Amino acid sequence: MRLGLMDHSGPELAAALGEVANSVVNPDAALSVRGVTVSYSDKPAIFSVDAEFPKASMSAILGPNGAGKSTLMKAALGIVPRLSGEIFVHGQRLETAKDKIAYVPQRASVDWDFPTSVRDVVEMGLYRQTGLFGKVTGRMKAQVMDSLDRVGMADFAERQIGQLSGGQQQRVFLARALAQSAELYMLDEPFAGVDAATERTIIGVLKNLKAEGKSVIAVHHDLATVEEYFDHVFMINVRRVAEGPVSSSFTPETLQATYGGRLAAKHLNELAIAG
Amino acid sequence: MSEFIDALFLTAGYNAALVAIGAGLLGFAAGSTGTFLFLRKRALVSDAVAHATLPGVALSFIVMVSLGGDGRSLIGLLIGSAITAWAGLLLIEAMVRKTRLAEDTAIGAVLGVFFGFGVVLLTVIQSMSAGRQAGLEEFLLGATAGMLFQDAVLIAIGGGLTVLASWVLRRPMTMVAFDTSYASSLGYNVKQVDLAMMGLAMAVTVIGLKLVGLVLIVALLIIPAVTARFWTERSERLFWVAGILGGVAGYVGAGLSAAIPSLPTGPIIVLLSAVLFSVSLLLAPNRGALAAWVRHKRMQAAVHRRQGLLALATHHPIREKYTLRLLGSEGLVRPDGVSTDAGRALAAKIARDEHRWTVARRIHQDAGLTGQYDGLTPIDAVFTPDEIAEFDRQIGAPKPVE
Repeated sequence: MRLGLMDHSGPELAAALGEVANSVVNPDAALSVRGVTVSYSDKPAIFSVDAEFPKASMSAILGPNGAGKSTLMKAALGIVPRLSGEIFVHGQRLETAKDKIAYVPQRASVDWDFPTSVRDVVEMGLYRQTGLFGKVTGRMKAQVMDSLDRVGMADFAERQIGQLSGGQQQRVFLARALAQSAELYMLDEPFAGVDAATERTIIGVLKNLKAEGKSVIAVHHDLATVEEYFDHVFMINVRRVAEGPVSSSFTPETLQATYGGRLAAKHLNELAIAG
Repeated sequence: MSEFIDALFLTAGYNAALVAIGAGLLGFAAGSTGTFLFLRKRALVSDAVAHATLPGVALSFIVMVSLGGDGRSLIGLLIGSAITAWAGLLLIEAMVRKTRLAEDTAIGAVLGVFFGFGVVLLTVIQSMSAGRQAGLEEFLLGATAGMLFQDAVLIAIGGGLTVLASWVLRRPMTMVAFDTSYASSLGYNVKQVDLAMMGLAMAVTVIGLKLVGLVLIVALLIIPAVTARFWTERSERLFWVAGILGGVAGYVGAGLSAAIPSLPTGPIIVLLSAVLFSVSLLLAPNRGALAAWVRHKRMQAAVHRRQGLLALATHHPIREKYTLRLLGSEGLVRPDGVSTDAGRALAAKIARDEHRWTVARRIHQDAGLTGQYDGLTPIDAVFTPDEIAEFDRQIGAPKPVE
């Protein structure tokens, strides 16, 4: 277990300050974040964050509201500009590796009255392959239907997206990411506001991806399901607080360090984590 | 009237035919290109950009006159208008990005300042000896008089290229409009896609400057897309439907304007677009006002019918007149509120469905299923026949309602 900001000396401090930015990037990591700072105003949203997410595993990004979970993910995708730092995907610079990543944004981030069908949305996942003039080929259409099938939405292909329930909308977003056939899947709060059946479907799809050797990183808010769903955690509160395997890094100490007083002791007991 | 018919069938003379075809093509280009402004919710930016063309028109006139020309070369004026329009666009983008000003503030500032500057320059031009006959004020509201063959060719080529470019860029522009962060994660440069979209809108504005004028061109960009939205749920169809609606408004509007020369072309085309919009707003299936009203009335009738039958089933009096009238018209109750045989039979059926729901909610405590217990959803739309048979087994034989 690595717990930053507790031990103020030696390599722990060096890591917290982002000095590893100069070290060799681990090509076996699905995603490496090196000394990344992002700011929307005068105050950093995340500061000098280092992170390493392992391949072929399921990782959760945890932290309180406003701690920079989504910002870290958006920075790692190149959606928000970085003030400093570097991002590597499979040891390769983000700028040349975008085709390895599939992103599932927060459901609330789009206008669901947009004039488009379920099939059209999933086809967006193929636009990098079709190019400007390229037609959507029969093989691509099959890929779209296969992706919809994997999330149990094949019967809804022609629906207007506004007619879907929240859980169904989330499944469509996941299908769009699946159509990209990426190596690394990054999901922002995939279980927020979805029904229990959808949550089961999504976690099933993600576990299949892991079994195929793909990597999954999700911003997650439900501490009660972390141990059941994930192998690896990254805990953030503007700066990196802790990271590592769930078994060793998801502990009352790291949770307290991440959430501070906001996480009541009662809640910790409910989680029943072996300390 | 006959002049109008002549204009529509291109038999009103060479110039009128030219104008009608030109306006139709311009309308198509504006409608289809404007679809993306509508989807991206950037209509007002394009209005500011359109107003920012005026100082460019005036400045290029002054430059051309001072270089010894007569200053009325349309190409020269349009190039000038494009330069200041682009400057206005970049200024809006910069104000939003670099300062804390909101976009609507930046739009208002750029629109007002550029347009005001243009009006001042027009006044200056009026005082120049070459200026009085220039007719630059026609760029404000558009005019068809004196349209030349090369003007129509310019609209046809420019409009055609704009439609083609919009079609080529439709996927990035649609994706950025729908889901900006996802487009960005795929590696699209959102800023460049947005600039391309505004550049296309600016191209339409510049091409349409002479015919429709800068004050109203935004209406031609936006109204067809909004109108088309009533008729389709797919963005690619929106592109073509908006193009056709804009083309029709342009073509017919130019015809009217040719028949009654005192009518300014731009406002007529815009008003015709507004007529198409109003008709769609009222009559479109699903999204139209009439369809929404019918849906609401049907829903209300279904609710009253169901509540009335539930009241019969539980021997409660029906108090609402509308409910009585509704059930009475189906022969389920007499005017005094007493149920008929048919009413009692139906009430018994409904009472049984209520019993089934009670059992169903005890057995299936799944939020997804019991969420359908809304009073109107029939139980056989939620549960399979064997499941319902199981509910009935638990209820026992149906009892008649006295």
